[in-house]
Amino acid sequence: MRNINNLLSRSIALIIGTVFFIVPSVYSKKYDGVTVNILTMEAPQIKGPMVKRAPDFKKLTGANINVIGVPFSDIYPKMESDFATGTNSVDAAVFAPQWMVDFIEPGYFEDLTPRVKSDSALEWDDVGYFFRSFSSTYGGKIYTIPLDGDFHMIYYRSDLLNAAGISPPKTWEEYIYIASRFHGQDMNGDGKPDYGSCISKKRNAQAYWMILSIVGGHLQTKGTGEGIFFDTKTMKPLVNNAAFSRAFDIYKETTKYAPPNEINLDVGDTRGLWTSGRCALTMDWGDIGTLSIEKGSKVKGKTGTSILPGSRLVLDRNSGKLVSCNQARCPYAINGVNHAPFAAFGGWSGAINVSADSKVKDAAYDFFSYMAQANQSNKDVTVGITGMNPYRISQFENINNWTSAGFSKASAENYLGAIKASLDSPNMILDLRIPKNQRYQQVVLDTEVHRFISGEITKEEAMQRIEDGWEEITEEMGRDTQLSAYRKTLGY
Amino acid sequence: MTIKTTLGERLDKQAPLVFILPSVIIILFFSIFPLIVSLFIALSRLKFVKGGVELKFIGFLNFKKLIFGSQQYHLLGTFDQLTPIGYIIISLFTLIIFVWFIRYFKSQKISITGSIGRIVVSGGMFFILLLTLINLTTPKGLPGTLVVTLVYVFIGVLVQFLVGLGLALLCVKKIRGRSFFRTVFFIPMMITPVGIAYLFRMLTDMSKGPFAPIVTWFGFEESSWEVIPWGARTAVMIGDAWQWIPFMFIVLIAGLESLPTEQKEAALMDGAGGWQIFRDITWPTLLPVSVTIILIRLIEAFKIIDLPNVMTNGGPGIATESLSLHSYFNWRTMDLSGSAAVGYLLLIVAVFICVSFVNLLKNKIELAHR
Repeated sequence: MRNINNLLSRSIALIIGTVFFIVPSVYSKKYDGVTVNILTMEAPQIKGPMVKRAPDFKKLTGANINVIGVPFSDIYPKMESDFATGTNSVDAAVFAPQWMVDFIEPGYFEDLTPRVKSDSALEWDDVGYFFRSFSSTYGGKIYTIPLDGDFHMIYYRSDLLNAAGISPPKTWEEYIYIASRFHGQDMNGDGKPDYGSCISKKRNAQAYWMILSIVGGHLQTKGTGEGIFFDTKTMKPLVNNAAFSRAFDIYKETTKYAPPNEINLDVGDTRGLWTSGRCALTMDWGDIGTLSIEKGSKVKGKTGTSILPGSRLVLDRNSGKLVSCNQARCPYAINGVNHAPFAAFGGWSGAINVSADSKVKDAAYDFFSYMAQANQSNKDVTVGITGMNPYRISQFENINNWTSAGFSKASAENYLGAIKASLDSPNMILDLRIPKNQRYQQVVLDTEVHRFISGEITKEEAMQRIEDGWEEITEEMGRDTQLSAYRKTLGY
Repeated sequence: MTIKTTLGERLDKQAPLVFILPSVIIILFFSIFPLIVSLFIALSRLKFVKGGVELKFIGFLNFKKLIFGSQQYHLLGTFDQLTPIGYIIISLFTLIIFVWFIRYFKSQKISITGSIGRIVVSGGMFFILLLTLINLTTPKGLPGTLVVTLVYVFIGVLVQFLVGLGLALLCVKKIRGRSFFRTVFFIPMMITPVGIAYLFRMLTDMSKGPFAPIVTWFGFEESSWEVIPWGARTAVMIGDAWQWIPFMFIVLIAGLESLPTEQKEAALMDGAGGWQIFRDITWPTLLPVSVTIILIRLIEAFKIIDLPNVMTNGGPGIATESLSLHSYFNWRTMDLSGSAAVGYLLLIVAVFICVSFVNLLKNKIELAHR
């Protein structure tokens, strides 16, 4: 009897022990106890959807996603100082992919190629070719996962233009005409005069791409490989010329039909003005399209999208003067207008710090993959506040995804059509992706363009200062190194 | 005869060293050491490389770039030909300096250090005045971060002192609700500068801010003072004044309340007016404390950064950028050497102004004490 009791009690103990051992292992998750620190911009955009999706990801994998937000202009220095000094408080970053060269060359980023190749859930081939190549790949290896697709476009009030019998602007001259025509009219029914044009022009923000979008159509005519930043033989900046001069005139002219504090408006401010119905025209990334259908928007069904206006006059790079477009000069012109859609910024993308713990790297990759997978991404790109714009081929093809989000079929086709036309353009402009491109653009270009628009300096002084500033960086970094990097990005 | 010292006495002798040394070491470590390192960084080119930083000694190249090179416009502003008014002001200043030197050399108190000090002060003041005139009174002249900082410092501190003094004179009188107003005036000092900057950013927003309806009523809807250089600078100075007037007020009211009343009463008995009493009795007694608080504010004002950064981002253009903000922007763009160089120039200017201020008023303070 005693033996039976002993056997029974031992059996019970064994069963309980087995249950205690098996149950946690069944319910334990892949990344339990792992925390991934991700650096990005402090804003409802980009950081917002990551924070929102982090709890779901934790339920699936057990990983804690800690998103650290800093102002846009602090992202680059935070990343560089953190990686270089070996602090490594940042395990991963979601940032402007054009900066990747500065982090890949010193070996700060994890090569994601093997992970991407073996990740069927990511559906890598569904990611648009431009985003797979320019925004993610460097030297044949994949370093970032795109979470966003970026192009500058023009948005117009379709209701106003239709009523007035005016077509969307095809040139910048037409843009100014439309802006002047509607400036001062009450466009949202609040009894107050509104604005013809709202373009973000704030310093130390995300405004310095705007001038490049204006100059693009005047400067690049012979396809993407021509580039707009430097001479591909000498690395001499292409800023002190008639094309930039004209772009500066247009840039200043738009300010006449804008809110009085336009030079201090960030993209968040101009987007707010647009959705409250206060602007007839604006230039922005894809965000406006999705913001305009959100609750509270006064421009739902009234927002039209178009590729960037172009120019009938283009730069003759030999004489430095503007000349009329013809078939030889502007092979990609449409009805005599040379369009050059600008892939400004390239779209927010995620990269992983090579020095992070291997488990953390795995969790970081899985999180980026999770965010980029169609199940999540298809939803996120239709929500304006996420700051994420379409970048998957299927997102351009599946109109139902957009109509169920609140777009009408016509407006979805118009919106996606404009992005697709930009993406497919053989004359699309690639953003600068050479070492220290952040200093060329975010420091020199940004400061001088803002000084010009503030009236501190003339356009001639601005062009000269940008040229001098860019030359100084080129000399410091080494002309041959920079030229070689520039030519590579253009496909030479 | 030998005096035997006990162990306790020997330990007592070592006590000052034991107690002071830790403080000295801490100060050296946290203050002097960074100062030396940042000087070395200012004289080098710092580059982030894998595993840390790469420092290459380049001498005064960073300073040369700021004073004579591509960043001259940023630090010293844009130059233009001096106007006739500018020439008149400079001539008058030169005359005053000349008279000052003659009076000094005629006095019986000539010394080498005194002479050198006066030459340095007059030379520095001449340079600052000339730069200010070139930047602010010429058609094409534009102020750089140095003159913008000096505007914040001199105009800002002067306004803060005058308003603080006025409020202190009002509140020292036994008026109804005195305690309440004292507390209210003290509130801004307790708010963080960034909070004040955001507060004033909202207040100065003429399209959505609380003053928007008033501005619209006056017909100025299509205007924004933050896009006009002097409008933006004024907005920054108002925010700064709002924060620091309470400091002036609190210290000055304490000074006023500690003044002996006998002299005032005697003057009143003799028929002296309010202004006479203030000029001859109150002000001389208040001078030492005034000089002290102005000096403290001068030192603080040179470091202004939160307000222009949050309110205007240094704009329009670089119109509201102070030296500290200039240094911070350089740091943010990873130009750490350039940032250190600007920081050192700020230190030199601040030390020069503050030391000159104290030395110039030293005699008056001594007179007031007598």
